[in-house]
Amino acid sequence: MSGAWQRDGYEAVIGLEIHVQLATASKMFCGCPNRYGDEPNTNVCMVCLAHPGALPVANAEAVRQSARVGLALGCRIPDASEFSRKQYFYPDSPKAYQISQYDQPLCAEGSFHVPGEGAFTVRITRAHLEEDAAKMIHAGGDAGRIQGSAGSVVDFNRAGTPLLEIVTEPDIRSPEQARRFLTLLRATVVAIGASDCDMEKGSLRADANVSIRPIGSEEYGTKTELKNMNSFRFLERGIEAELERQLALVRAGEAVRQETLHFDPATGGLTSLRSKEEAHDYRYFPEPDLLPVTQDQDGLAALAGQLPELPVARFARLTGIGLPEATALLLATEPELAAYFDDLAARIGDPKVAANWVLGELQAHLNADGLTADASPVTPERLAGLVALVVDGTINQTSAKEVFQALVEDTAATAAAVVEERDLGQVGGADELGAIVDEVLAAHPEEVEAFRGGREQVIGFLVGQCMKASGGRADAKALQGLLRERLSA
Amino acid sequence: MSDVELTPDEVRHVASLARLGLDDVEVERLGRELTSILGHVNTIAQLPIADVPPTKHANPHGDALRSDVARSGAPRQEALANAPDPTAEGFRVPPIGA
Ligand SMILES: [Zn+2]
Repeated sequence: MSGAWQRDGYEAVIGLEIHVQLATASKMFCGCPNRYGDEPNTNVCMVCLAHPGALPVANAEAVRQSARVGLALGCRIPDASEFSRKQYFYPDSPKAYQISQYDQPLCAEGSFHVPGEGAFTVRITRAHLEEDAAKMIHAGGDAGRIQGSAGSVVDFNRAGTPLLEIVTEPDIRSPEQARRFLTLLRATVVAIGASDCDMEKGSLRADANVSIRPIGSEEYGTKTELKNMNSFRFLERGIEAELERQLALVRAGEAVRQETLHFDPATGGLTSLRSKEEAHDYRYFPEPDLLPVTQDQDGLAALAGQLPELPVARFARLTGIGLPEATALLLATEPELAAYFDDLAARIGDPKVAANWVLGELQAHLNADGLTADASPVTPERLAGLVALVVDGTINQTSAKEVFQALVEDTAATAAAVVEERDLGQVGGADELGAIVDEVLAAHPEEVEAFRGGREQVIGFLVGQCMKASGGRADAKALQGLLRERLSA
Repeated sequence: MSDVELTPDEVRHVASLARLGLDDVEVERLGRELTSILGHVNTIAQLPIADVPPTKHANPHGDALRSDVARSGAPRQEALANAPDPTAEGFRVPPIGA
């Protein structure tokens, strides 16, 4: 298979566990606001602080959004699912158990296809709803590090916010595939609107189960669990580092130990973590405070029908209208950019030209200004006005870049007004261009001689001189045509 | 079905999972009590209940969901009032894994 990690007769076997923070207004089991970045402990109540007697009630919207994600991942949504208690002791869990789902998750077996070169499919084991833990603010030591801390302060704003945990089968065969899978999964969840999936804010978190085995073997090797890979790049690098570590152990005749590892982006190294609970004895049992969640299959069919266009479908549509695979995949995985592209393409009626602008000038400006496409001051409508002036020959590519910059800087300007104001209209008619060409030819007799003597490349210099004389406003192609005409006369 | 007799080691294991410190006298007493409780469950298991689905909830109806409406919770001062060692903003806890 293309893109597989294989070394010295061993192949990689990777599964992911992805936590998605759902973008609901309120928490999973209480009405506290589900909001990132507020002052510590200002979104808390008796339920999410686990005061005795406080009872949880499940959030209908979290259930609905989870079912939509499950449907997008091709999951089966069973008629009934159930909450369970997962017991562990840690200050981030006020009840000393987390409400999660165990043997009856909301979404069961699914599969997710990653298209493009070296396309592959990853089976989804399950997707289940649970509550997030509180945030520990560690005093002393390195930020986020536990050992050596002088004590911690707990912020319960995040405690009890809804999480969807998506678990894959170990179908991923390389760090690159892991990144591609997660990129497309993220784009899918964002398109659905279930989460903003911002890895920096922690609303998308991925852990990886990594092992190696002899190529062709059906059995799995001992796996390790990698945590804390909070960017696509770290995910890829962390898995790569772990595969290399396991391969070195196996080649030295040593065994891989089952353990949880923490990836340190600063050093690229992996450190072993103590487990939260000995032997992961979570003692799951059905949550008596919550009733099962039932699904009606007609309602689910309606929900599936209301899903927006998903990235995989968008990829197929964009390659269908003639965009190259790489371009289509880029647009398919960037929801804001894709929406912008669709709008622009509809306005100018040419998908390829639209894609060139979106992935060229627009994306450069978005990257430089740290914006998403929907926040750009150059709206599709304004850009369409500019593209129209290029297409009808009013301005050339060089001037178009200048106009684009003007549209970024002055949000009230239109392309046509900028062209007029700065006199950027192409030096048009054959007369005008002809005069410039004659003038340049007269001023450069040596180059003319050289060209006629067979030095073809001199034409580039002459075009440049003509362009300069036109104040950069001539059509380079037209100039070249005229020059050749005159020189061969 | 034979009665289950909990060994002292099993009692200590369960106690450590629950973060309970027990002395030898307590291990012996709780071992007896837990064995008796398990024996009671075994008595129920001897009834013809193979076709009875597990009753996990007394309420036979599913779906007690609430709509996704946020409301303000407890004021921070109140939330922190019962904490043994609060800071101005949060709940202080002892160092972990020291
Ligand atoms: Zn609450």
